[in-house]
Amino acid sequence: MTLAVDFLPPGRALRQQISDDDRLKRAVMFVVGIYLVIALAIPLFVMLSKSLSTYTFDLHQFEFQVSDESGGGWSDPVTAAALNTAIAAFPESDLEAGADGRLQAAKLFADFSFRSPVRYRIRGTSEEAHFLAGSQLVRGTEWKEYDSNHFRRVMLRPSRSVGLSNFTEYFSTPSLVRSIKNSVMIALISTAVTLTVAFGLAYALNRSRMRGKGAFKLIVTIPILVPSLLPGIALVYLFGNQGVFKDLLLGHSIYGPLGIVVGSVFFTLPHAFLIISTALSVADARHYEAATSLRASRWRTFWTVTVPGARYGLISAAFVVFTLVITDFGLPKVIGGQYGMLAVDIYKQVIGQQNFEMGAVVSVILLIPAFLAFAVDRMTQRRQVALLSARAVPFEPKPRRGFDAACFAFCSLVAIFVLGMIGMCQVAALVKFWPYDLSLSLRNYAFDLMDGGGWDAYYNSIRLALMTAVIGSLIVFTGAYMVEKTKGFGLGRGAFHMLAMLPMAVPGMVLGLAYIFFFNNPGNPLHGIYGTMAILVLCTVTHFYTVAHLTALTALKQLDPEFEAVADSLKIPFYKLFFRVTLPVCLPALLEIAIYLFVNAMTTVSAVVFLYATDTKLASVAILNMDDAGDIAPAAAMGMMIFYTNVAAKLLHAVVARLLLARTQGWRQVAQTAVPA
Amino acid sequence: MKHATAPAEPAMPVSANRQSERRPFLEISGLWKAYGDFVALRDIDLQVKEGEFVCFLGPSGCGKTTLLRAIAGLDIQSRGAIRQAGQDISRLPPAQRDYGIVFQSYALFPNLTIEKNIAFGLENIGRPRREIASRVSDLLDLVGLSSQGRKYPAQLSGGQQQRVALARAMAISPGLLLLDEPLSALDAKVRVHLRHEIKELQRKLGVTTIMVTHDQEEALSMADRIVVMNQGGIEQVGTPTEIYRHPRTLFVADFIGETNQFPATVGKGAQVEIGHTRFACAEHLLPAGAAVVAAVRPADIIPHGADAHRATGLEAVGNADNLIDAHVEDMEFLGMFWRTRLSAPRLKETPLVADFSTNAVRRLCIEIGSAIQVEIPQERLLLFAKA
Repeated sequence: MTLAVDFLPPGRALRQQISDDDRLKRAVMFVVGIYLVIALAIPLFVMLSKSLSTYTFDLHQFEFQVSDESGGGWSDPVTAAALNTAIAAFPESDLEAGADGRLQAAKLFADFSFRSPVRYRIRGTSEEAHFLAGSQLVRGTEWKEYDSNHFRRVMLRPSRSVGLSNFTEYFSTPSLVRSIKNSVMIALISTAVTLTVAFGLAYALNRSRMRGKGAFKLIVTIPILVPSLLPGIALVYLFGNQGVFKDLLLGHSIYGPLGIVVGSVFFTLPHAFLIISTALSVADARHYEAATSLRASRWRTFWTVTVPGARYGLISAAFVVFTLVITDFGLPKVIGGQYGMLAVDIYKQVIGQQNFEMGAVVSVILLIPAFLAFAVDRMTQRRQVALLSARAVPFEPKPRRGFDAACFAFCSLVAIFVLGMIGMCQVAALVKFWPYDLSLSLRNYAFDLMDGGGWDAYYNSIRLALMTAVIGSLIVFTGAYMVEKTKGFGLGRGAFHMLAMLPMAVPGMVLGLAYIFFFNNPGNPLHGIYGTMAILVLCTVTHFYTVAHLTALTALKQLDPEFEAVADSLKIPFYKLFFRVTLPVCLPALLEIAIYLFVNAMTTVSAVVFLYATDTKLASVAILNMDDAGDIAPAAAMGMMIFYTNVAAKLLHAVVARLLLARTQGWRQVAQTAVPA
Repeated sequence: MKHATAPAEPAMPVSANRQSERRPFLEISGLWKAYGDFVALRDIDLQVKEGEFVCFLGPSGCGKTTLLRAIAGLDIQSRGAIRQAGQDISRLPPAQRDYGIVFQSYALFPNLTIEKNIAFGLENIGRPRREIASRVSDLLDLVGLSSQGRKYPAQLSGGQQQRVALARAMAISPGLLLLDEPLSALDAKVRVHLRHEIKELQRKLGVTTIMVTHDQEEALSMADRIVVMNQGGIEQVGTPTEIYRHPRTLFVADFIGETNQFPATVGKGAQVEIGHTRFACAEHLLPAGAAVVAAVRPADIIPHGADAHRATGLEAVGNADNLIDAHVEDMEFLGMFWRTRLSAPRLKETPLVADFSTNAVRRLCIEIGSAIQVEIPQERLLLFAKA
């Protein structure tokens, strides 16, 4: 008879000896984890601390003594503050400083001359005070003595204090605060429009029997292949000051909210479409049969069955679109005119005004909606799984002539919109001088004649994309494997998973800025990679880590969880299993990750715009710079180069995947013709 | 689910007796496993002899798979020790233990051919190529798949895949073979066929084997000894016949085969009172006057006057106390026998289910509505303390 004793005998829980395999797996996971810490966690932390730092010159912290003409007979010590009050060498505004601020001490002495025999002494009144003598940093309360010639090279340095004063300053600058309102408004409107269009598309493609579904699906994904700058350029040509359809706007300007919304709808459409389409494709036919048998009208069925069934998809898509729009920088930069947006503010503060602290403040503010969206998305994803695992009867739409025709018309409109934008860019790129000389020429592709980086920028982009694809997919897949297949070590795996999910919530601008703060610090041993291709690869891999990580995890979860147990019983070390079985079986997913990273590395602007150097200019950045310089046609041409490249990469991916799969995945084909017992 | 066909009592395997004197090959003592607050295994003590075929049998959630995974080192126990071949393996990682394992899902490597699947373990320990090839072909012969070596797993049927998994597990000649519900994913016919093959193979190779199953038929037909488990504990360990004939608990009696159960009171000696009338029952250790459950298997009930029981060597009427008048309420033809529902005044409301052979039914002209006499044999009327 079983006694219901529900407690363990006292003592410590047995712990398994850690095998060499486990040790190796943990070590590899640790290495990838360190990568994420260095490439993500620490830079973000540095940025956060930067946003809380203010630098001011505290003139009470310095004391001086002046000698007479003979170099002896020292005056009484006097503070810099007192000197400044006396002669007003520095106005109050000069005392607000950045991290790099410096004040020339000699300016405090009205009769200073570097040829004079007068000598000067300087010391700090506290340990924190520090100043530069030439290039040498001096701190402390010891007197230091300089002759006039050297004293002119003494520079006071500001002291750092931690607090919210940057934020206070931010919120008391009306133009900056307006950006928050603008960004949220634009993001909300774009989300509403994109969701409506994407839902219509997904509904038509999943629930009708119209023709040309394949073509429409292909067309909708085009915007993924171009930088978000490109719709901006297209809109300039279509509706700008010399635009083809300028009159259609009835006097409204495309530069501003209107342009940003239309462009945002263009570049977020594929993302929303893919998510909603997935949600709609798992429909359960039984619900529709039940609705029909209950004599519910089509309209009612739509609102009581279709929409609730896709609600998690809709919520998820809404947050994805909202985040994309609010964190996008390229589009408002090109088409936004004077309309302030958060992401552009970061760029302006950092590149335009060199105000890094304020850039960090805007970054922190930009992280809030992104984090919120990320959290909600994770929550709904979890529920979506439960929906998918239900055993459903797939829904088969029946032909309905009127409805199918309406769907076709709607999809055609969207297709015209997408193709029109791309087509406009193509025309702009090929025309000699819009709109005065419409003869065709390849002049706009002569990038070497323009500012922005020339063809080198394009080749750099290809290099970046290839390196990101190869290095990224290896790092991501390895990390995912270790986190999925390591036993025990729950804490480490949990932390790793958190880190891997984090990049999704970090906008590119924020990541790029964080990289400046972290890597451009001469004290950082990794300072050497600043301004090289390596930091661009590092940044891009990290920026797009999450989606790639999730793709790898999904593929790994589809493997039989007992493979490792079997390999253990056969004494096969995990790396042999990894290379003989896991990797070959997951090859399609690996290629998927590689092409995802490639395409995104080609199109990304936001993170790398802070990090490129003269010899690592990129195509996407070149578009930005050429557009800035007024070379819009070459900018469009460069955008089209990225588009061609991505199309070619996609085609190559399809061919390679085919060939490779035919060679290494023979077992998949035979699976379909398997004979039952 | 219980099976409608209560199996005939299996004959005692010869091997079980022969091996009983050897020292245990696998020794489990004081084993506990907890997941948070949930105790999945409680105080398990078990010895498995070398060459023995042991089945862990129990309903789902009873802890049988957890125990197997603890032996394999896949989910280490919270307390307790496991010794294999004289060595303490309690804390060893799976790769340092000596076993081959077969899962319900087969877990064949999908991108490797059958040959490569079997050879994987051998290649790893660096055997020469020729030796590997001959070993692989031997193993394929052994499981009857010699012509299928170059196919991929997906090209084989479930039963064939499971045989490959078995061959792969045996390739490195492990000291212990662990089978985790190996037949559960297969159709009924394949299952019966394959369980015979596995048993044959095990006997031929003499490898100590532990199989987890929830199917009592599988356990009864394959095992030298069965470990019946329930709610994380061991209910009884014994040969199939012991388990079937002398269940130690009501759970075992009910889980292995089927039982009629009556509320009863223990009388003096080997006597029990059911519904105010007295029956003679099997020997027991329960105190007089205790409220108990009396149980008898449907197949053990003897229709009075039939010749059916003579083959077993029992007297026509064992004890007059155990002879009861009954009325046939319902009969169901199940092929090998008739399942009969009887009502008897002596048993009050509780109906009695009896399985009568086709033969006996014909001879005694038993049909719905007829009145008959049946005997509950004394030694088959078992008493159990109330759960």
